[in-house]
Amino acid sequence: MATNSDQMLGQAPEQSQNLDILMNMGPQHPSTHGVFRMLLRVDGEVVVDAEPHIGYLHRGSEKLAEGEQYHQVVTLMDRLDYIANFNNEWAFCRAVEKLMGLEVPERAEYIRVILGELNRVASHLLFLGTFGLDAGAMTPVMFAFRGRERIQALFEAVSGARMMHNYFHIGGVKEDLPENFHALMDKLMPELRRDVEECDKLLSFNEVFVARTKGVGGIDRDTAINYGWTGPCLRACGVNYDVRKAEPYSVYQRFKFDVPVGRDGDSWERYFVRVREMYESLSIVEQAMKSMSGGPVMAVGRRLIRPTKGDVYVRAENPRGEIGVYLVSDGTDKPYRIKVRPPSFCNLSAIGRLIKDTYVADAVIILGSLDIVLGEVDR
Amino acid sequence: MSEVLLLALALLIMFTALSVVVLSLVWIERKFLGRLQRRLGPTRVGPFGLLQPVADAIKLVTKEDLVPSQSDRLIFWIAPLLVLVPSFMVWVTIPAARDLVVQNLDLGLFVIIALLVVSILGLLLAGWGSANKYGALGGLRAAAQLVSYEVPLIMVVVAVAVLAGSLDLRAVSASQVPLDTAQDVLNEINAAGGVFNHEGIPFAVLFPLGLVLFLLAGLAEVGRIPFDIYFAESEIVGGPFVEYSGAHWSVFFLAEYMNTFLIAALASLLFLGGWYGPLLPEWVWFLIKTYFMVLVIFWIRGTFPRLRIDQLMSFGWKGMIPLSFAGVVMTSVYRFYDWPWWSMSLMSVATLAVAGYWLYRQFTLPVIKLARSYGREPGRAPSAR
Repeated sequence: MATNSDQMLGQAPEQSQNLDILMNMGPQHPSTHGVFRMLLRVDGEVVVDAEPHIGYLHRGSEKLAEGEQYHQVVTLMDRLDYIANFNNEWAFCRAVEKLMGLEVPERAEYIRVILGELNRVASHLLFLGTFGLDAGAMTPVMFAFRGRERIQALFEAVSGARMMHNYFHIGGVKEDLPENFHALMDKLMPELRRDVEECDKLLSFNEVFVARTKGVGGIDRDTAINYGWTGPCLRACGVNYDVRKAEPYSVYQRFKFDVPVGRDGDSWERYFVRVREMYESLSIVEQAMKSMSGGPVMAVGRRLIRPTKGDVYVRAENPRGEIGVYLVSDGTDKPYRIKVRPPSFCNLSAIGRLIKDTYVADAVIILGSLDIVLGEVDR
Repeated sequence: MSEVLLLALALLIMFTALSVVVLSLVWIERKFLGRLQRRLGPTRVGPFGLLQPVADAIKLVTKEDLVPSQSDRLIFWIAPLLVLVPSFMVWVTIPAARDLVVQNLDLGLFVIIALLVVSILGLLLAGWGSANKYGALGGLRAAAQLVSYEVPLIMVVVAVAVLAGSLDLRAVSASQVPLDTAQDVLNEINAAGGVFNHEGIPFAVLFPLGLVLFLLAGLAEVGRIPFDIYFAESEIVGGPFVEYSGAHWSVFFLAEYMNTFLIAALASLLFLGGWYGPLLPEWVWFLIKTYFMVLVIFWIRGTFPRLRIDQLMSFGWKGMIPLSFAGVVMTSVYRFYDWPWWSMSLMSVATLAVAGYWLYRQFTLPVIKLARSYGREPGRAPSAR
């Protein structure tokens, strides 16, 4: 059947000497982690060329934010990186607070750190599970989701929602923690540590897993920096850069924690940096729980927020890397312009280069190891 | 005429029994994997979720059967049959007990191996006929993988045939049990003019190398993790099956589970002494051994990630095939010089040890080094600070 062959070749007949196949990976594909599309030119099993296409989840969040009042924009931020909602809310709230010169009460800062770091663990657990799935291991995802589910149950107890919390408000948090929060945390923390250890023990040094991921999708530190990589992906290349250390915000200076750094910048290193980060995050949460004191959780009452005219840029360490929020205010109750620098987008920008000349199976591994969230890439 | 009717009846019973087996396998796999992953598995439909596979089957059969507009319709329709029919046909000659077999053949093992190969064609055609690039890639992967792993599988079967001196599955099983238990089969075969060697020891003890190679090659043959490369869900989204839906897909599904059961049954017949065992009826012993092997296969599935195609191929051609040839040489030497049985076990275990050490050097040692470079031990959580 002529039609069949033409389709397989995907090229004009005169160019089809090399028998490359043009293959769409995504937007509907189990391993593109959302609606990401890659156009692969495949020679047998080898990817000769890869062309990423984004935009399938574009909702115009930045434009929408211009029509909302400041406290309403928080809900839009929730929906950018929908795996790490608290961290997004936090970055935006900090931007407005910086513009208004608001002092956030100490208790609110502690609450934000605890929830933000727990959200980092939840996000990395999700990554661990889905990365296992990309590599064909079906058990880690079940173990990882158990841990993530515990965290989300806590988030629900605190904010009333498993995701899209809308809990961090400008000037603090929406309301104080539930009365049984300490009891919940006492129960959660040992369980969570066990869950993380379980996933770590199961997958990190599995021979087949290491054979699949070590040395796959490597990138050197200079190239990574030039692409604007941040977060675990950059640290896996051996660059010790973490916004929490480089430009400490909130109360991070008060806690002792390490920044895990990898060596070779390949997929396994990216995975393992995240695994070690989970332990660090748990340690931060434990420290914060010990030193948290009482007091107010909101700097201002629920009144109309109207920052002075001006612009501001803040950055924060999200689970996926450095999120930047650039905010321009014209003095009204609605932001004039918001620009979000999403970490996933910058990390993803190198995908074509990374995937070139690897196997099709590696393409899935490399994309998985970047841990992108399309909601954030497309906004 | 009555013979034909009898045969037809036997085939009908076989077909029904196999369908029940597949349903049970689906339930066992989901339940067993669930337990491995600390969940419950199906619980809603029927007691312990026992009717879940039935519900799944009904859903599959009543689903719309889509045929892609660009597909080659004839090939698209024939491919599932090419996969299903051989996997049913092999069961004609597999004895579930001494007399519980539709038609015992003197060259039973040969027939089984010959029929197994046909399914490759089915997968390749399914991939091509569905006019889908994932499908084409999957079909080609299937061809490469199955042809590669066919070789060690056949070589192990050859080695077993050398040990038993027969390709008759009843003789192979009878060869592995004490003489007084196997006397009737022995007499029967001798009376028919056939011959076979009597070892009196399960081949799993005599030839453990064979069992390991057979299981690995068998896993690759039925495409189970870590060798599920040709339908790798996270890469090529089901490979040859990607465009199939409804009843057509369920045919592939049926064949896959029957092949899993076939590999388990062959492992128990060739290496674990088949249906022989104390006290319980013969067919119960056969089922116990076979389901045990099935559980081993499911256990592996719950534990390992998937290999990459080049890793799979080099593992097959550089590891499995030389080892399986070594197995044939070993069994032939053992049989020719008529050495004592433990010499065969010794040779086999020694080869396994060497192969294991090579694997350890090749894969485990680098991982241990990697872990230690980060101050960790594989399989252990980091020590608390």
